[in-house]
Amino acid sequence: MKFIIAIIKPFKLDEVREALGAIGVAGMTVSEVKGFGRQKGQTEIYRGAEYSTNMLPKVKLEIAASDALAPQVIEAIQQAASTDSIGDGKIFVLDLASATRIRTGETGDTAL
Amino acid sequence: MIRKLLCAAGAIGASLCVATAAWAQDAAAAAVPVANPGNNAWMMTSTLLVLMMIVPGLALFYGGLARSKNMLSVMTQVGAVAALTMLVWVMWGYTEAFGDGGNGFISGFGKAFLKGVTPESTAATFTKGVVISEYVFVCFQMTFAAITVALVLGSVVERIKFSAVMVFAVVWLTIVYFPIAHMVWAGNGYFFGLGALDFAGGTVVHINSGVSALVACLILGKRIGYPKEPMMPHSLTLTSVGTGLLWVGWFGFNAGSALEANGSAGLAMVNTFVATASAGIFWMLTERVMGHKSSALGFCSGIVAGLVAVTPAAGNSGPMGAIVLGAVASVICYFAVSKLKPALGYDDALDTFGIHGIGGMVGAIGTGIVYQPMFGGPGDGSVSMGHQLGVQLFTVGATIAIAAVGTAVAIYVAKAVTGLRVSPDVEVEGLDIGEHGERAYN
Repeated sequence: MKFIIAIIKPFKLDEVREALGAIGVAGMTVSEVKGFGRQKGQTEIYRGAEYSTNMLPKVKLEIAASDALAPQVIEAIQQAASTDSIGDGKIFVLDLASATRIRTGETGDTAL
Repeated sequence: MIRKLLCAAGAIGASLCVATAAWAQDAAAAAVPVANPGNNAWMMTSTLLVLMMIVPGLALFYGGLARSKNMLSVMTQVGAVAALTMLVWVMWGYTEAFGDGGNGFISGFGKAFLKGVTPESTAATFTKGVVISEYVFVCFQMTFAAITVALVLGSVVERIKFSAVMVFAVVWLTIVYFPIAHMVWAGNGYFFGLGALDFAGGTVVHINSGVSALVACLILGKRIGYPKEPMMPHSLTLTSVGTGLLWVGWFGFNAGSALEANGSAGLAMVNTFVATASAGIFWMLTERVMGHKSSALGFCSGIVAGLVAVTPAAGNSGPMGAIVLGAVASVICYFAVSKLKPALGYDDALDTFGIHGIGGMVGAIGTGIVYQPMFGGPGDGSVSMGHQLGVQLFTVGATIAIAAVGTAVAIYVAKAVTGLRVSPDVEVEGLDIGEHGERAYN
């Protein structure tokens, strides 16, 4: 099993969710996060006082997938979240040691 | 004498003079005037419009500009200080400003605790023989005092103790607001006698609150982290809502200052529309000229700057003069808040001085110009522009001096009684938790 963490642009969330639904991803966790990478921040001005914010709002997706499905998940996110511009985000993949469905106690791929 | 003064100031002069001894005798000699229900109804409506400017208008406008950890403290300070003013007003404020007798600086104290005010007693308007009920006049003027002291708080929020605000308010009202209101608006007031034009309170409310705010924040000191840490407004949405409520409420403030539902009120109304609209547009244009984007906060700031500037001119200007006045005030206030404040380094947190103080000065001085018939104003040309400007400048200067000295006294009294400023821990954690034990957003 793989644990996939994707940081994407907030307005791309719906497209990514649709693309993942189409390949059979059954669930995910979504958080609103802030961070920075190579994309520069923005400048905000309030009554002449300038503040440059280097933390930009992003959306973080966390998805657990079987080894078989993981490459498709990565590809789907990469294609759906891309705008071909800086700041589109990153996808990280970790090995997942175990998964347990709380209601039934099932473990492994059947718990996903 | 009173009628002569009223004539000198023109039918739209700035007097809110109540029945002084001379006037009362005149009236008694003819017939006892009875308040006109139409005028009374308009003045009661105006009074409530001004209350709406304070809560929720000013509370939201200021609250949105503060950081989220201080939202409730800003709203509570504005609301509580207004409530306290209402009590002080009926105890000794009304009689100090508008009671019988007294001198050019304060009235007599014969109406303390509203002694002698009855449903039958009346207050004079600008038209001979036309009166409004005195209780209505008491309430209308009460709301002016309440919003003025609430405005001052804009410079000191996010670090002043709640208890200090309450002590400051009582002292400041007594030694600054009530005397200035008397001097500008009462029939025997010193500035009124000079012929100063202040239709709805450019000097009494705006220069007064703006200068007091500057002095108060200089004594109090800067917020921790200012100006290095970002201190962005936490909700320009709420500030925009507050701006709208202020604009609507300001029709009670300005058109209500005619004291009658008549043509002068209509003139004040149209000016309160167009000067404000012009100022909102011109602030955003100035932002563009300075290489920035036209901003929501810029729009709100321009609206308030225009409202401030048109306050003394509301019934003292033609609509075209008001448009120019609003535009000029807006541009000057833009530079006051975005250039002057950072250059001098004072922490006027919500720009009360930059907008109310500076805008009030532009409005008060500009009123001496737009009043002239050659610029479409309602003046009859009997007072030369040079003389009128001299009177306006003197009134502005004297108001600045009284406000500055009185505020220093009031702030040091508050410091002696309460300690004035919250501890650094409370300031960093936020005054909502530290001073009130609540959070605005859970």
